[in-house]
Amino acid sequence: MASAAETARQAERADVRSRWLLSTPALLIILVAAIGPLFVMLAYSFMVKGDYGDVKFGQFSLDGWFSVFFSRDIFDDTVGLADAHLSIFWRSVKLSLITTLLTLGLGFPTAYFIATRPASTREVWVFLITIPFWTNLLIRTFAMQEVIRNEGILNTLMMWLGLIDRPVQLMYTDVAILFGMVYVYLPLMVLPLYASMEKLDFRLVEAGYDLYATRLRVLWRIIIPLVRPGIVAGSILVFIPSLGAYVTPRVLGGGKNMMLGNLIELQFGAGRNWPLGAALSITLMAIVMLALLVYVRNAARSGAQHV
Amino acid sequence: MSRPRTFDLRAQPGFAFIALFTFFMLYLPIAALVVYAFNAGDSMAIWEGVSLRWFQAAASNERVQEAALRSAIIAICAASIATTAATMAAIATTRTKPYRGLTFKYAFINQPLMVPEIVTAVALLIVFSRIKVWTGYSGLGYLVAAHAAFCIPFAYLPIRARLESMDLTLERAAADLYATPWKTFRYVTLPLLRPGIIAGFMLAFVISLDDVVITEFVKSGGQDTLPTYMLGQLRRETTPEVNAIATVFLLVSLILVTAFFFINRRKA
Repeated sequence: MASAAETARQAERADVRSRWLLSTPALLIILVAAIGPLFVMLAYSFMVKGDYGDVKFGQFSLDGWFSVFFSRDIFDDTVGLADAHLSIFWRSVKLSLITTLLTLGLGFPTAYFIATRPASTREVWVFLITIPFWTNLLIRTFAMQEVIRNEGILNTLMMWLGLIDRPVQLMYTDVAILFGMVYVYLPLMVLPLYASMEKLDFRLVEAGYDLYATRLRVLWRIIIPLVRPGIVAGSILVFIPSLGAYVTPRVLGGGKNMMLGNLIELQFGAGRNWPLGAALSITLMAIVMLALLVYVRNAARSGAQHV
Repeated sequence: MSRPRTFDLRAQPGFAFIALFTFFMLYLPIAALVVYAFNAGDSMAIWEGVSLRWFQAAASNERVQEAALRSAIIAICAASIATTAATMAAIATTRTKPYRGLTFKYAFINQPLMVPEIVTAVALLIVFSRIKVWTGYSGLGYLVAAHAAFCIPFAYLPIRARLESMDLTLERAAADLYATPWKTFRYVTLPLLRPGIIAGFMLAFVISLDDVVITEFVKSGGQDTLPTYMLGQLRRETTPEVNAIATVFLLVSLILVTAFFFINRRKA
Protein backbone atom coordinates (compact mmCIF):
# COMPACT_ATOMS: atom_id res chain seq x y z
CA MET A 1 0.00 0.00 0.00
CA ALA A 2 2.72 2.41 1.00
CA SER A 3 4.54 1.82 -2.24
CA ALA A 4 1.36 2.43 -4.24
CA ALA A 5 0.95 5.81 -2.55
CA GLU A 6 4.62 6.46 -3.25
CA THR A 7 4.20 5.72 -6.97
CA ALA A 8 1.15 7.96 -7.11
CA ARG A 9 3.09 10.77 -5.56
CA GLN A 10 5.93 10.19 -7.96
CA ALA A 11 3.56 10.24 -10.93
CA GLU A 12 2.12 13.50 -9.68
CA ARG A 13 5.54 15.02 -9.33
CA ALA A 14 6.44 13.88 -12.84
CA ASP A 15 3.21 15.44 -14.10
CA VAL A 16 4.00 18.80 -12.51
CA ARG A 17 7.52 18.62 -13.88
CA SER A 18 6.32 18.00 -17.42
CA ARG A 19 3.82 20.83 -17.01
CA TRP A 20 6.68 23.19 -16.14
CA LEU A 21 8.60 21.95 -19.16
CA LEU A 22 5.62 22.60 -21.40
CA SER A 23 5.18 26.15 -20.09
CA THR A 24 8.84 27.01 -20.54
CA PRO A 25 8.70 28.43 -24.10
CA ALA A 26 5.85 30.84 -23.28
CA LEU A 27 7.42 31.92 -19.99
CA LEU A 28 10.81 32.36 -21.62
CA ILE A 29 9.52 34.50 -24.50
CA ILE A 30 7.62 36.76 -22.12
CA LEU A 31 10.62 36.95 -19.79
CA VAL A 32 12.98 37.97 -22.59
CA ALA A 33 10.71 40.29 -24.57
CA ALA A 34 8.35 41.73 -21.95
CA ILE A 35 9.08 41.30 -18.23
CA GLY A 36 12.87 41.20 -18.26
CA PRO A 37 13.24 44.54 -20.06
CA LEU A 38 11.03 46.18 -17.42
CA PHE A 39 13.59 45.29 -14.76
CA VAL A 40 16.42 46.55 -16.96
CA MET A 41 14.46 49.78 -17.34
CA LEU A 42 14.11 50.02 -13.57
CA ALA A 43 17.90 49.79 -13.32
CA TYR A 44 18.33 52.41 -16.04
CA SER A 45 16.18 54.87 -14.12
CA PHE A 46 18.91 54.92 -11.46
CA MET A 47 21.82 55.63 -13.80
CA VAL A 48 23.55 58.74 -15.08
CA LYS A 49 22.19 59.93 -18.39
CA GLY A 50 24.44 59.67 -21.42
CA ASP A 51 25.36 62.75 -23.40
CA TYR A 52 23.66 61.56 -26.59
CA GLY A 53 20.87 59.44 -25.18
CA ASP A 54 21.36 56.05 -23.49
CA VAL A 55 23.03 56.00 -20.05
CA LYS A 56 26.51 55.85 -18.60
CA PHE A 57 26.31 52.19 -17.76
CA GLY A 58 26.79 51.31 -14.11
CA GLN A 59 27.03 54.90 -12.82
CA PHE A 60 24.44 55.36 -10.12
CA SER A 61 22.33 58.52 -9.92
CA LEU A 62 18.95 59.61 -8.63
CA ASP A 63 18.68 62.45 -11.16
CA GLY A 64 16.15 60.57 -13.30
CA TRP A 65 13.71 60.18 -10.43
CA PHE A 66 14.49 63.64 -9.09
CA SER A 67 13.52 65.29 -12.37
CA VAL A 68 10.20 63.45 -12.56
CA PHE A 69 8.89 65.83 -9.90
CA PHE A 70 11.48 68.61 -9.53
CA SER A 71 13.53 70.81 -11.77
CA ARG A 72 16.76 72.63 -11.01
CA ASP A 73 17.09 76.14 -12.30
CA ILE A 74 20.00 76.27 -14.76
CA PHE A 75 21.16 79.69 -13.58
CA ASP A 76 20.91 79.80 -9.81
CA ASP A 77 20.56 76.06 -9.09
CA THR A 78 17.39 76.51 -7.04
CA VAL A 79 15.04 73.56 -6.92
CA GLY A 80 11.41 73.91 -7.91
CA LEU A 81 8.60 71.63 -8.95
CA ALA A 82 8.87 70.30 -12.51
CA ASP A 83 5.85 72.23 -13.72
CA ALA A 84 6.11 70.94 -17.29
CA HIS A 85 5.99 67.32 -16.19
CA LEU A 86 3.37 67.82 -13.52
CA SER A 87 1.06 69.64 -15.91
CA ILE A 88 1.37 66.77 -18.39
CA PHE A 89 0.68 64.30 -15.58
CA TRP A 90 -2.35 66.32 -14.61
CA ARG A 91 -3.53 66.64 -18.21
CA SER A 92 -3.20 62.87 -18.71
CA VAL A 93 -5.20 62.09 -15.59
CA LYS A 94 -7.80 64.74 -16.40
CA LEU A 95 -8.27 63.66 -20.02
CA SER A 96 -8.42 59.99 -19.00
CA LEU A 97 -11.06 60.70 -16.36
CA ILE A 98 -13.18 62.73 -18.78
CA THR A 99 -12.78 60.01 -21.40
CA THR A 100 -13.95 57.44 -18.86
CA LEU A 101 -17.01 59.52 -17.94
CA LEU A 102 -17.94 60.20 -21.56
CA THR A 103 -17.57 56.57 -22.59
CA LEU A 104 -19.69 55.62 -19.58
CA GLY A 105 -22.34 58.15 -20.60
CA LEU A 106 -22.51 56.76 -24.11
CA GLY A 107 -21.67 53.17 -23.27
CA PHE A 108 -24.21 52.60 -20.50
CA PRO A 109 -27.32 53.26 -22.62
CA THR A 110 -25.72 51.39 -25.52
CA ALA A 111 -24.99 48.29 -23.46
CA TYR A 112 -28.47 48.49 -21.94
CA PHE A 113 -29.97 48.78 -25.40
CA ILE A 114 -28.09 45.68 -26.58
CA ALA A 115 -28.99 43.71 -23.45
CA THR A 116 -32.70 44.43 -23.92
CA ARG A 117 -32.82 43.33 -27.59
CA PRO A 118 -34.37 39.96 -28.37
CA ALA A 119 -31.82 37.15 -28.03
CA SER A 120 -31.79 36.59 -31.79
CA THR A 121 -30.45 40.04 -32.70
CA ARG A 122 -28.34 40.67 -29.62
CA GLU A 123 -25.36 38.86 -31.10
CA VAL A 124 -25.41 41.13 -34.14
CA TRP A 125 -25.35 44.29 -32.01
CA VAL A 126 -22.47 42.90 -29.98
CA PHE A 127 -20.67 42.06 -33.20
CA LEU A 128 -21.13 45.66 -34.36
CA ILE A 129 -19.32 46.81 -31.21
CA THR A 130 -16.62 44.18 -31.63
CA ILE A 131 -15.63 45.12 -35.19
CA PRO A 132 -14.23 48.56 -34.32
CA PHE A 133 -12.62 47.00 -31.26
CA TRP A 134 -10.52 44.71 -33.44
CA THR A 135 -9.69 47.21 -36.14
CA ASN A 136 -6.42 49.04 -36.00
CA LEU A 137 -6.26 51.76 -33.37
CA LEU A 138 -4.17 54.01 -35.59
CA ILE A 139 -6.70 53.71 -38.40
CA ARG A 140 -9.55 54.55 -36.04
CA THR A 141 -7.64 57.58 -34.78
CA PHE A 142 -7.00 58.63 -38.36
CA ALA A 143 -10.71 58.12 -39.10
CA MET A 144 -11.58 60.48 -36.25
CA GLN A 145 -9.27 63.01 -37.88
CA GLU A 146 -11.47 62.81 -40.98
CA VAL A 147 -14.42 63.89 -38.87
CA ILE A 148 -12.93 66.76 -36.87
CA ARG A 149 -10.44 68.37 -39.24
CA ASN A 150 -11.28 71.83 -40.55
CA GLU A 151 -12.76 70.53 -43.80
CA GLY A 152 -14.17 67.45 -42.06
CA ILE A 153 -17.72 66.24 -41.66
CA LEU A 154 -18.35 67.92 -38.32
CA ASN A 155 -17.32 71.41 -39.44
CA THR A 156 -19.06 71.03 -42.80
CA LEU A 157 -22.25 69.95 -41.08
CA MET A 158 -22.18 72.76 -38.53
CA MET A 159 -21.53 75.35 -41.25
CA TRP A 160 -24.33 73.92 -43.34
CA LEU A 161 -26.65 74.17 -40.36
CA GLY A 162 -25.56 77.76 -39.91
CA LEU A 163 -24.24 77.19 -36.38
CA ILE A 164 -20.85 78.58 -37.31
CA ASP A 165 -19.66 80.59 -40.28
CA ARG A 166 -16.03 79.48 -40.35
CA PRO A 167 -14.52 76.10 -39.37
CA VAL A 168 -13.70 75.58 -35.72
CA GLN A 169 -10.12 74.48 -35.21
CA LEU A 170 -10.50 71.19 -33.33
CA MET A 171 -7.39 69.36 -34.52
CA TYR A 172 -4.36 69.68 -32.23
CA THR A 173 -6.44 70.57 -29.17
CA ASP A 174 -7.37 68.69 -26.02
CA VAL A 175 -10.89 68.36 -27.40
CA ALA A 176 -9.49 66.47 -30.38
CA ILE A 177 -7.68 64.07 -28.05
CA LEU A 178 -10.91 63.56 -26.11
CA PHE A 179 -12.91 62.86 -29.26
CA GLY A 180 -10.27 60.37 -30.36
CA MET A 181 -9.95 58.57 -27.05
CA VAL A 182 -13.70 58.29 -26.51
CA TYR A 183 -14.05 56.91 -30.00
CA VAL A 184 -11.16 54.48 -29.72
CA TYR A 185 -11.90 53.13 -26.23
CA LEU A 186 -15.69 53.04 -26.31
CA PRO A 187 -15.92 49.29 -27.04
CA LEU A 188 -13.84 48.63 -23.91
CA MET A 189 -16.65 50.25 -21.91
CA VAL A 190 -19.60 48.69 -23.72
CA LEU A 191 -18.41 45.06 -23.66
CA PRO A 192 -18.00 44.59 -19.89
CA LEU A 193 -21.12 46.66 -19.22
CA TYR A 194 -23.07 44.42 -21.55
CA ALA A 195 -21.62 41.32 -19.90
CA SER A 196 -23.11 42.32 -16.56
CA MET A 197 -26.37 43.70 -17.97
CA GLU A 198 -27.03 40.50 -19.86
CA LYS A 199 -27.37 38.76 -16.51
CA LEU A 200 -29.72 41.41 -15.15
CA ASP A 201 -32.83 39.87 -13.60
CA PHE A 202 -35.76 41.93 -14.89
CA ARG A 203 -38.07 40.50 -12.26
CA LEU A 204 -36.33 42.86 -9.86
CA VAL A 205 -37.09 45.74 -12.19
CA GLU A 206 -40.71 44.61 -12.35
CA ALA A 207 -40.83 44.46 -8.57
CA GLY A 208 -39.63 48.05 -8.49
CA TYR A 209 -42.40 49.20 -10.80
CA ASP A 210 -44.95 47.24 -8.79
CA LEU A 211 -43.90 49.31 -5.83
CA TYR A 212 -44.64 52.48 -7.81
CA ALA A 213 -41.04 53.44 -8.53
CA THR A 214 -40.50 55.81 -11.43
CA ARG A 215 -38.26 54.83 -14.33
CA LEU A 216 -35.48 57.05 -13.06
CA ARG A 217 -35.75 55.53 -9.61
CA VAL A 218 -35.65 52.01 -11.01
CA LEU A 219 -32.57 52.92 -13.02
CA TRP A 220 -30.86 54.55 -10.07
CA ARG A 221 -31.82 52.20 -7.25
CA ILE A 222 -32.10 48.82 -9.01
CA ILE A 223 -30.33 48.63 -12.37
CA ILE A 224 -27.20 50.65 -11.61
CA PRO A 225 -26.42 48.88 -8.29
CA LEU A 226 -26.89 45.50 -9.98
CA VAL A 227 -24.53 46.24 -12.86
CA ARG A 228 -21.98 48.05 -10.71
CA PRO A 229 -19.24 45.44 -11.35
CA GLY A 230 -19.64 46.09 -15.08
CA ILE A 231 -19.40 49.83 -14.54
CA VAL A 232 -16.21 49.48 -12.50
CA ALA A 233 -14.70 47.01 -14.97
CA GLY A 234 -15.53 49.16 -17.98
CA SER A 235 -14.27 52.34 -16.33
CA ILE A 236 -10.94 50.78 -15.44
CA LEU A 237 -10.56 49.13 -18.84
CA VAL A 238 -11.00 52.58 -20.41
CA PHE A 239 -9.00 54.55 -17.85
CA ILE A 240 -5.88 52.40 -18.05
CA PRO A 241 -5.20 52.59 -21.80
CA SER A 242 -6.26 56.26 -21.83
CA LEU A 243 -3.62 57.09 -19.27
CA GLY A 244 -0.97 55.31 -21.34
CA ALA A 245 -2.28 56.58 -24.68
CA TYR A 246 0.43 57.41 -27.17
CA VAL A 247 -0.93 57.17 -30.70
CA THR A 248 -4.13 59.19 -30.25
CA PRO A 249 -2.56 62.26 -28.57
CA ARG A 250 0.32 62.13 -31.03
CA VAL A 251 -1.92 62.14 -34.11
CA LEU A 252 -4.78 64.34 -32.89
CA GLY A 253 -3.01 66.44 -30.25
CA GLY A 254 0.01 67.36 -32.31
CA GLY A 255 3.34 68.24 -30.70
CA LYS A 256 2.13 70.65 -28.04
CA ASN A 257 -0.73 68.79 -26.34
CA MET A 258 1.30 65.96 -24.89
CA MET A 259 0.15 63.18 -22.64
CA LEU A 260 2.34 60.94 -20.48
CA GLY A 261 3.05 58.52 -23.32
CA ASN A 262 4.37 61.33 -25.50
CA LEU A 263 6.41 62.80 -22.66
CA ILE A 264 8.05 59.41 -22.21
CA GLU A 265 8.81 59.16 -25.93
CA LEU A 266 10.31 62.64 -25.86
CA GLN A 267 12.90 61.57 -23.27
CA PHE A 268 14.04 58.73 -25.51
CA GLY A 269 14.12 60.97 -28.57
CA ALA A 270 14.95 64.67 -28.62
CA GLY A 271 15.07 64.93 -24.81
CA ARG A 272 17.97 62.45 -24.58
CA ASN A 273 17.22 61.72 -20.97
CA TRP A 274 16.74 57.97 -20.73
CA PRO A 275 16.85 57.75 -16.91
CA LEU A 276 14.03 60.31 -16.71
CA GLY A 277 12.09 58.45 -19.41
CA ALA A 278 12.56 55.19 -17.52
CA ALA A 279 11.44 56.78 -14.24
CA LEU A 280 8.37 58.27 -15.91
CA SER A 281 7.50 54.88 -17.43
CA ILE A 282 7.73 53.18 -14.08
CA THR A 283 5.56 55.87 -12.51
CA LEU A 284 2.94 55.34 -15.22
CA MET A 285 3.13 51.59 -14.70
CA ALA A 286 2.68 52.01 -10.96
CA ILE A 287 -0.51 54.06 -11.45
CA VAL A 288 -1.84 51.44 -13.84
CA MET A 289 -1.04 48.63 -11.41
CA LEU A 290 -2.98 50.48 -8.71
CA ALA A 291 -6.00 50.79 -10.99
CA LEU A 292 -5.70 47.08 -11.86
CA LEU A 293 -5.65 46.21 -8.18
CA VAL A 294 -9.00 47.96 -7.77
CA TYR A 295 -10.27 46.03 -10.78
CA VAL A 296 -9.14 42.65 -9.44
CA ARG A 297 -10.67 43.36 -6.03
CA ASN A 298 -13.90 44.40 -7.67
CA ALA A 299 -13.96 41.23 -9.78
CA ALA A 300 -13.25 39.06 -6.75
CA ARG A 301 -16.04 40.68 -4.76
CA SER A 302 -18.58 40.27 -7.54
CA GLY A 303 -17.97 36.53 -7.73
CA ALA A 304 -14.98 36.25 -10.08
CA GLN A 305 -16.77 37.17 -13.24
CA HIS A 306 -14.54 37.34 -16.25
CA VAL A 307 -14.90 39.92 -18.96
CA MET B 1 -53.85 46.19 -13.80
CA SER B 2 -53.49 49.80 -12.95
CA ARG B 3 -50.90 50.22 -15.66
CA PRO B 4 -51.60 50.01 -19.39
CA ARG B 5 -50.68 46.61 -20.80
CA THR B 6 -48.14 48.05 -23.16
CA PHE B 7 -45.90 49.21 -20.33
CA ASP B 8 -42.40 48.16 -21.30
CA LEU B 9 -40.42 47.03 -18.28
CA ARG B 10 -37.14 47.25 -20.08
CA ALA B 11 -37.44 50.66 -21.67
CA GLN B 12 -35.52 53.63 -20.32
CA PRO B 13 -36.23 57.06 -21.80
CA GLY B 14 -33.63 58.21 -24.29
CA PHE B 15 -31.50 55.07 -24.05
CA ALA B 16 -32.39 53.72 -27.47
CA PHE B 17 -31.68 57.10 -29.00
CA ILE B 18 -28.25 57.39 -27.35
CA ALA B 19 -27.46 53.80 -28.33
CA LEU B 20 -28.33 54.30 -31.97
CA PHE B 21 -26.41 57.58 -31.97
CA THR B 22 -23.41 55.71 -30.53
CA PHE B 23 -23.57 53.05 -33.21
CA PHE B 24 -23.83 55.77 -35.83
CA MET B 25 -20.84 57.62 -34.40
CA LEU B 26 -18.88 54.38 -34.23
CA TYR B 27 -19.16 53.86 -37.96
CA LEU B 28 -19.31 57.40 -39.33
CA PRO B 29 -15.55 58.11 -39.07
CA ILE B 30 -14.69 54.78 -40.68
CA ALA B 31 -17.16 55.47 -43.46
CA ALA B 32 -15.65 58.93 -44.03
CA LEU B 33 -12.19 57.43 -44.21
CA VAL B 34 -13.26 54.84 -46.77
CA VAL B 35 -15.16 57.36 -48.90
CA TYR B 36 -12.18 59.69 -49.13
CA ALA B 37 -9.99 56.81 -50.29
CA PHE B 38 -11.96 56.99 -53.53
CA ASN B 39 -11.40 60.74 -53.94
CA ALA B 40 -10.10 61.68 -57.38
CA GLY B 41 -8.51 64.90 -56.10
CA ASP B 42 -5.04 65.40 -54.68
CA SER B 43 -5.96 66.55 -51.23
CA MET B 44 -8.00 65.21 -48.38
CA ALA B 45 -9.85 68.49 -48.21
CA ILE B 46 -11.84 68.67 -51.39
CA TRP B 47 -13.96 65.98 -52.97
CA GLU B 48 -13.38 65.79 -56.72
CA GLY B 49 -15.22 62.69 -57.84
CA VAL B 50 -14.76 58.94 -57.64
CA SER B 51 -11.53 57.30 -58.69
CA LEU B 52 -9.31 54.35 -57.88
CA ARG B 53 -6.11 56.30 -58.49
CA TRP B 54 -5.03 56.30 -54.83
CA PHE B 55 -5.42 52.54 -54.58
CA GLN B 56 -3.22 52.25 -57.65
CA ALA B 57 -0.75 54.73 -56.21
CA ALA B 58 -0.57 52.78 -52.94
CA ALA B 59 -0.23 49.44 -54.71
CA SER B 60 2.65 50.66 -56.85
CA ASN B 61 4.43 52.49 -54.01
CA GLU B 62 7.50 50.40 -53.24
CA ARG B 63 7.67 51.49 -49.62
CA VAL B 64 4.06 50.39 -49.10
CA GLN B 65 4.73 47.06 -50.76
CA GLU B 66 7.77 46.44 -48.56
CA ALA B 67 5.94 47.52 -45.42
CA ALA B 68 2.97 45.29 -46.21
CA LEU B 69 5.23 42.32 -46.84
CA ARG B 70 7.14 43.01 -43.63
CA SER B 71 3.89 43.29 -41.65
CA ALA B 72 2.74 39.94 -43.03
CA ILE B 73 6.06 38.18 -42.33
CA ILE B 74 6.21 39.48 -38.76
CA ALA B 75 2.56 38.67 -38.07
CA ILE B 76 2.86 35.12 -39.44
CA CYS B 77 6.10 34.37 -37.57
CA ALA B 78 4.99 35.99 -34.31
CA ALA B 79 1.53 34.42 -34.39
CA SER B 80 2.98 30.97 -35.14
CA ILE B 81 5.49 31.19 -32.31
CA ALA B 82 2.93 32.66 -29.91
CA THR B 83 0.29 30.06 -30.77
CA THR B 84 2.71 27.15 -30.35
CA ALA B 85 3.99 28.45 -27.02
CA ALA B 86 0.46 29.32 -25.87
CA THR B 87 -0.88 25.87 -26.80
CA MET B 88 1.83 24.18 -24.77
CA ALA B 89 1.28 26.58 -21.87
CA ALA B 90 -2.49 26.07 -22.02
CA ILE B 91 -2.08 22.28 -21.83
CA ALA B 92 0.27 22.78 -18.91
CA THR B 93 -2.14 25.02 -17.00
CA THR B 94 -5.53 23.37 -17.51
CA ARG B 95 -7.24 20.17 -16.47
CA THR B 96 -5.14 19.72 -13.37
CA LYS B 97 -5.30 20.03 -9.64
CA PRO B 98 -3.85 23.37 -8.56
CA TYR B 99 -0.11 22.95 -8.22
CA ARG B 100 2.61 25.21 -6.92
CA GLY B 101 3.41 27.90 -9.45
CA LEU B 102 0.13 27.72 -11.35
CA THR B 103 -1.00 31.20 -10.29
CA PHE B 104 2.49 32.45 -11.04
CA LYS B 105 2.16 31.10 -14.58
CA TYR B 106 -1.22 32.79 -15.10
CA ALA B 107 0.19 36.10 -13.94
CA PHE B 108 3.27 35.71 -16.09
CA ILE B 109 1.35 34.81 -19.24
CA ASN B 110 -1.11 37.68 -18.83
CA GLN B 111 1.54 40.23 -17.90
CA PRO B 112 1.78 41.80 -21.39
CA LEU B 113 -1.90 42.78 -21.04
CA MET B 114 -1.28 44.61 -17.77
CA VAL B 115 1.50 46.98 -18.73
CA PRO B 116 0.84 50.04 -20.92
CA GLU B 117 2.22 49.50 -24.41
CA ILE B 118 4.37 52.61 -24.31
CA VAL B 119 6.12 51.30 -21.19
CA THR B 120 6.89 47.93 -22.75
CA ALA B 121 7.98 49.74 -25.91
CA VAL B 122 10.61 51.91 -24.25
CA ALA B 123 11.81 49.01 -22.07
CA LEU B 124 12.33 46.96 -25.22
CA LEU B 125 14.06 49.92 -26.88
CA ILE B 126 16.52 50.08 -23.98
CA VAL B 127 17.34 46.38 -24.03
CA PHE B 128 17.26 45.69 -27.76
CA SER B 129 19.31 48.77 -28.70
CA ARG B 130 22.08 47.48 -26.47
CA ILE B 131 21.82 43.94 -27.84
CA LYS B 132 21.93 45.38 -31.36
CA VAL B 133 25.24 47.07 -30.55
CA TRP B 134 26.69 43.99 -28.85
CA THR B 135 25.75 41.47 -31.50
CA GLY B 136 25.69 43.61 -34.62
CA TYR B 137 22.45 41.87 -35.62
CA SER B 138 19.59 44.25 -36.37
CA GLY B 139 17.18 42.09 -38.39
CA LEU B 140 13.49 41.39 -37.98
CA GLY B 141 14.17 38.96 -35.12
CA TYR B 142 13.67 41.65 -32.50
CA LEU B 143 10.26 42.60 -33.86
CA VAL B 144 9.20 38.96 -34.10
CA ALA B 145 10.27 38.32 -30.50
CA ALA B 146 8.51 41.44 -29.19
CA HIS B 147 5.33 40.65 -31.11
CA ALA B 148 5.37 36.99 -30.05
CA ALA B 149 5.53 38.06 -26.40
CA PHE B 150 2.49 40.33 -26.45
CA CYS B 151 0.57 37.90 -28.70
CA ILE B 152 0.91 34.99 -26.26
CA PRO B 153 -1.90 36.08 -23.87
CA PHE B 154 -4.26 36.59 -26.82
CA ALA B 155 -3.48 33.17 -28.32
CA TYR B 156 -3.66 31.58 -24.87
CA LEU B 157 -7.22 32.75 -24.09
CA PRO B 158 -9.29 30.80 -26.66
CA ILE B 159 -7.03 27.73 -26.45
CA ARG B 160 -7.41 27.58 -22.69
CA ALA B 161 -11.16 28.11 -22.96
CA ARG B 162 -11.41 25.24 -25.43
CA LEU B 163 -9.30 22.93 -23.27
CA GLU B 164 -11.40 23.67 -20.21
CA SER B 165 -14.51 22.53 -22.08
CA MET B 166 -12.86 19.20 -22.98
CA ASP B 167 -12.71 16.42 -20.41
CA LEU B 168 -9.99 13.79 -20.20
CA THR B 169 -12.21 10.79 -21.12
CA LEU B 170 -11.02 10.42 -24.69
CA GLU B 171 -7.39 10.87 -23.79
CA ARG B 172 -7.73 8.24 -21.02
CA ALA B 173 -9.39 5.88 -23.50
CA ALA B 174 -6.50 6.33 -25.91
CA ALA B 175 -4.00 5.66 -23.13
CA ASP B 176 -5.93 2.54 -22.13
CA LEU B 177 -5.53 1.32 -25.69
CA TYR B 178 -1.76 1.64 -25.32
CA ALA B 179 -1.33 4.86 -27.28
CA THR B 180 1.90 6.60 -26.37
CA PRO B 181 1.52 10.09 -24.87
CA TRP B 182 2.67 11.60 -28.16
CA LYS B 183 0.14 9.55 -30.18
CA THR B 184 -2.61 10.51 -27.76
CA PHE B 185 -1.71 14.14 -28.19
CA ARG B 186 -1.35 13.91 -31.97
CA TYR B 187 -4.52 11.93 -32.72
CA VAL B 188 -6.86 12.83 -29.86
CA THR B 189 -6.00 16.09 -28.10
CA LEU B 190 -4.81 18.09 -31.09
CA PRO B 191 -7.83 17.44 -33.37
CA LEU B 192 -10.21 18.30 -30.53
CA LEU B 193 -8.24 21.42 -29.75
CA ARG B 194 -8.02 22.63 -33.34
CA PRO B 195 -10.83 25.28 -33.25
CA GLY B 196 -9.23 26.87 -30.20
CA ILE B 197 -5.82 26.88 -31.83
CA ILE B 198 -7.17 28.43 -35.03
CA ALA B 199 -8.99 31.12 -33.06
CA GLY B 200 -5.87 31.77 -30.98
CA PHE B 201 -3.70 32.07 -34.08
CA MET B 202 -6.11 34.49 -35.70
CA LEU B 203 -6.30 36.70 -32.63
CA ALA B 204 -2.52 36.73 -32.35
CA PHE B 205 -2.22 37.51 -36.06
CA VAL B 206 -4.61 40.48 -35.87
CA ILE B 207 -2.94 41.81 -32.73
CA SER B 208 0.50 41.61 -34.32
CA LEU B 209 -0.71 43.18 -37.56
CA ASP B 210 -2.29 46.10 -35.68
CA ASP B 211 0.62 46.96 -33.45
CA VAL B 212 2.02 50.48 -33.79
CA VAL B 213 3.63 51.52 -30.54
CA ILE B 214 5.97 48.63 -29.77
CA THR B 215 6.97 48.29 -33.43
CA GLU B 216 7.71 52.01 -33.66
CA PHE B 217 10.22 51.78 -30.82
CA VAL B 218 11.78 48.39 -31.58
CA LYS B 219 12.27 48.63 -35.35
CA SER B 220 15.63 49.50 -36.82
CA GLY B 221 15.96 51.96 -39.68
CA GLY B 222 14.05 50.95 -42.80
CA GLN B 223 11.95 48.37 -40.97
CA ASP B 224 8.60 50.07 -41.29
CA THR B 225 5.52 47.91 -41.01
CA LEU B 226 2.29 49.10 -42.56
CA PRO B 227 1.01 50.77 -39.36
CA THR B 228 4.29 52.55 -38.60
CA TYR B 229 4.51 53.65 -42.24
CA MET B 230 1.04 55.16 -41.92
CA LEU B 231 1.97 56.82 -38.62
CA GLY B 232 4.95 58.41 -40.35
CA GLN B 233 2.73 59.61 -43.18
CA LEU B 234 0.25 61.21 -40.77
CA ARG B 235 3.00 63.59 -39.65
CA ARG B 236 2.96 65.43 -42.95
CA GLU B 237 0.20 66.62 -45.25
CA THR B 238 -1.57 63.43 -46.12
CA THR B 239 -2.98 62.46 -49.49
CA PRO B 240 -5.87 60.01 -49.94
CA GLU B 241 -3.19 57.35 -50.48
CA VAL B 242 -3.17 56.82 -46.71
CA ASN B 243 -6.95 56.39 -46.85
CA ALA B 244 -6.54 53.77 -49.56
CA ILE B 245 -4.00 51.82 -47.49
CA ALA B 246 -6.21 52.11 -44.40
CA THR B 247 -9.24 50.91 -46.36
CA VAL B 248 -7.48 47.75 -47.54
CA PHE B 249 -6.16 47.22 -44.01
CA LEU B 250 -9.69 47.58 -42.61
CA LEU B 251 -10.99 45.05 -45.11
CA VAL B 252 -8.38 42.48 -44.08
CA SER B 253 -9.17 42.99 -40.37
CA LEU B 254 -12.89 42.77 -41.07
CA ILE B 255 -12.49 39.45 -42.87
CA LEU B 256 -10.35 38.04 -40.06
CA VAL B 257 -12.70 39.23 -37.31
CA THR B 258 -15.76 37.89 -39.11
CA ALA B 259 -14.07 34.54 -39.61
CA PHE B 260 -13.10 34.50 -35.94
CA PHE B 261 -16.68 35.32 -34.96
CA PHE B 262 -18.07 32.41 -36.95
CA ILE B 263 -15.45 29.92 -35.76
CA ASN B 264 -16.23 30.89 -32.18
CA ARG B 265 -19.97 30.69 -32.74
CA ARG B 266 -19.81 27.23 -34.24
CA LYS B 267 -17.91 26.09 -31.21
CA ALA B 268 -20.51 27.42 -28.81
